[in-house]
Amino acid sequence: MNALTRNWIDVGALEDIPRRGARCIRNGAMTIAVFRTTDDHVFALEDRCPHRQGPLSQGIVHDGCVTCPLHNWVISLETGKAQGADEGSVEAFPVRVDDGRVLLAVDLG
Amino acid sequence: MSGKQKLVVIGNGMAPGRMLESLFELAPDRYQVTIFNAEPRVNYDRIMLSPVLSGAKTYDEIIIHGDGWYIDRGITLYKGHKVVAIDRDARTVTSDAGEVAPYDKLVVATGSNPFIIPVPGHDLPGVLSYRDLDDVNAMLLAAQSRAKAVVIGGGLLGLEAAAGLRERGMQVTVLHVMPTLMERQLDPAAGYLLERALVDRGIEVVTRANTRAIVGDGKVEGVELDDGTVIPASLVVMAVGIRPNVALAKDAGLETGRGIVVDAGMRSSDPDIIALGECAEVGGQVYGLVAPLYRMAEVAAARLVEDPSAEFAHMDTPTKLKVTGIDLYSLGDFAEGDDRQEIVLRDATAGVYKRVVLKDDRIIGTVLYGDTADGAWFNDLMKKRTDISAMRDTLIFGQAYQGGAALDPTAAVAALPDDAEICGCNGVCKSTITGAIAAKGLTSLDAVRAHTKASNSCGTCTGLVEQLMALTLGDRYNPAAVTPMCACTDLGHDDVRRLIKAKRLKSIPAVMQELEWKTSCGCAKCRPALNYYLVCDWPNEYADDYQSRFINERVHANIQKDGTYSIVPRMWGGQTTSAELRAIADVVDKFDIPSVKVTGGQRIDMLGIRKEDLPAVWSDLGKAGFVSGHAYAKGVRTVKTCVGTDWCRFGTQDSTGLGVRIEKFMWGSWTPAKVKMAVSGCPRNCAEATCKDVGVICVDSGFEIHFAGAAGLDIKGTEVLGMVKTETEALEHIVAVVQMYREQGRYLERIYKWAKRIGYDEVRRQIMDDAERRAAYFERFVFSQKFAQVDPWSERVSGKDKHEFKPMANLVLEAAQ
Repeated sequence: MNALTRNWIDVGALEDIPRRGARCIRNGAMTIAVFRTTDDHVFALEDRCPHRQGPLSQGIVHDGCVTCPLHNWVISLETGKAQGADEGSVEAFPVRVDDGRVLLAVDLG
Repeated sequence: MSGKQKLVVIGNGMAPGRMLESLFELAPDRYQVTIFNAEPRVNYDRIMLSPVLSGAKTYDEIIIHGDGWYIDRGITLYKGHKVVAIDRDARTVTSDAGEVAPYDKLVVATGSNPFIIPVPGHDLPGVLSYRDLDDVNAMLLAAQSRAKAVVIGGGLLGLEAAAGLRERGMQVTVLHVMPTLMERQLDPAAGYLLERALVDRGIEVVTRANTRAIVGDGKVEGVELDDGTVIPASLVVMAVGIRPNVALAKDAGLETGRGIVVDAGMRSSDPDIIALGECAEVGGQVYGLVAPLYRMAEVAAARLVEDPSAEFAHMDTPTKLKVTGIDLYSLGDFAEGDDRQEIVLRDATAGVYKRVVLKDDRIIGTVLYGDTADGAWFNDLMKKRTDISAMRDTLIFGQAYQGGAALDPTAAVAALPDDAEICGCNGVCKSTITGAIAAKGLTSLDAVRAHTKASNSCGTCTGLVEQLMALTLGDRYNPAAVTPMCACTDLGHDDVRRLIKAKRLKSIPAVMQELEWKTSCGCAKCRPALNYYLVCDWPNEYADDYQSRFINERVHANIQKDGTYSIVPRMWGGQTTSAELRAIADVVDKFDIPSVKVTGGQRIDMLGIRKEDLPAVWSDLGKAGFVSGHAYAKGVRTVKTCVGTDWCRFGTQDSTGLGVRIEKFMWGSWTPAKVKMAVSGCPRNCAEATCKDVGVICVDSGFEIHFAGAAGLDIKGTEVLGMVKTETEALEHIVAVVQMYREQGRYLERIYKWAKRIGYDEVRRQIMDDAERRAAYFERFVFSQKFAQVDPWSERVSGKDKHEFKPMANLVLEAAQ
């Protein structure tokens, strides 16, 4: 998907996501986690840790990363890459906030 | 007048004022200018309204253009005329006083309106906004005769209003809906410092405050929050934000979005109409700070003299708060991100916080608090996109530190004079410390603390004291290896706990600032630990931060490997009934729960529940009388019992009854790690009490209390705490030992590890031998239980944290609809 064909979908209000927390978006068989950092930036990752498929949306959000609740892998919110010594990555989706609404660019599943 | 084009300006704020100044410099004779000002006065400096409110300046001192300025330029200024219509076909504007003025070019600079929250009572007399001199005059009048004010809104304007009213002698409370003040300009750490500074000057600050209504009979009497609290007030100032004032432009058919839509040349959808100032939307953005508004004014003036090259480009503008004695500065983008790095400097003693956010070796954002001297320098580096990699190590110290050699910290301490103060809290100088080390042969930090009191209060000088010890003792100094809590700090758990109490730190941002955390928002290791320490130490004051809890404690269930959850309802002392079992069976059937298992703690575990189903499952279980079993908590979990004298031919005491009593007394309590207990009715020990965190063995003569057992990663029999005669005494001793552990344990440290570290004899001495201390532990536990014993399941059935259990959206469903 490139910038021209990007299909931005309104998935809810920024206020609906707790700061340093996440909400889930169901897209067919896939779940996407939309994170909100302490300073109101949003990021979207597939809700599936590259390690053992843990739900990243349930993790603790800190310093641009989320720590997976199952085995404490630390995943970058921006790139979806595992941090530190762990290797692996999860898909990151373009997401932005416009006038308090969260817009996600994704192909419908 | 002939030959001049007619320029009409609607609005006489700072932006059109600057535009006209510029225009008359570029082309003094080109336009005949007419201004309509809804306010009955000339152009004044609105940024300086706060100093007028606080009394630092008068209105006369903030006038930008006096009457003479308009006369000299032949401008017709209609004061107190509000324009009510623009007729674009006839090219005229009409004021509310009936004045009609024709134009060739029209400038719309209608500014913005304060946003008034439409709560009941918002229109009562005594509710004001904070936009213009009339508002200030009304506040000054109120300040003369009235005592209490509430300011709704903890942003720039609201805080300036609050500080001004406080200066004028009012009692002021600020209500802010977000957790920290000025959250759009400041990160939470700086927001915390700001809050502390305001509280120090006598302003009350309430964060997370949702206003439900403004109450009063005929005039304002108070503000009611949605938790029912009513804060008395005779003056309410709403400063929750502004909205561009686009009504007039919209009525005239101009294109509007959030503001009046203009191009980079400030032209609206009608090429003869320019819009600028707070009412204009350019490049999708609206602006409220003066620097970009002045830039708009320059562009508009240039375009009015047909200079097509002038264009407005987005600019980041630093925010500064105009409250005497509070220095803060914020600029650019300071969000976290993977491609960004941050440099943080915290100096707790001096109340300084500095954070610079870098991307590709360039500064993209800066937050400064307490010492803003280098704001301009950082701003300059950011604007010029200077590569800072060469000065990265010293960047945060500011401009004055560039180019110098880095100091060896030990050499710097060695170079200090003998009378240099090392410990500011206790007034201990360098020679006192080195003298005590030499004279008394001190070799440990604790010994130096005990003899000199240095670093014994806030602890921030610990590093200095250690360097002095290294200097004085040389190779004989062997610093105790304190394992830091995590990579965010050099402090160990014990130091952090001690400092939380000594410095009365009551929030996570407060701990991170005062203890000089190296990251801005911690990590998954330190945040849950800090949250526990604060819950434990300030039970009635600390607001539990759920986002710093592990998922299990956030949703009150146990996450499983496939992302489903398991739940364990409480069965007091391991007892249940047919009705309870029937209710569990019904729930298992109704929600298709795949697995049911009896646990080691005498409970029933239901596994494989979908997260969305949890509230409904809890609702059904709640109807049968079940509450949460806290099987997910670093907290009091279970008290396992045998059947005791009720049934057993060997039983010596009512072990089941005592177990139920302990569990009902202690449930809900958070602890450093899980606490599992048991009560056995005789030494045969069927409840396996001698491998528990706390256990009781009943005997004929009373109750033998055990502690510090383990039967998990480690296997360890319990230690005997002591013997007591009655159930009530047993309860008091058990509660006291658990409270001692709650106050001293490191997060995730089980009782057996804590007790080994402290010494079993020390625990016995404090709990068995020192009745006063035992009673104090007991009292503190009882007090904290007042705030802890709330069933989290029924709270969530009633709607708390709804967002946790529902997806925010289902794209495929929505697309199908």
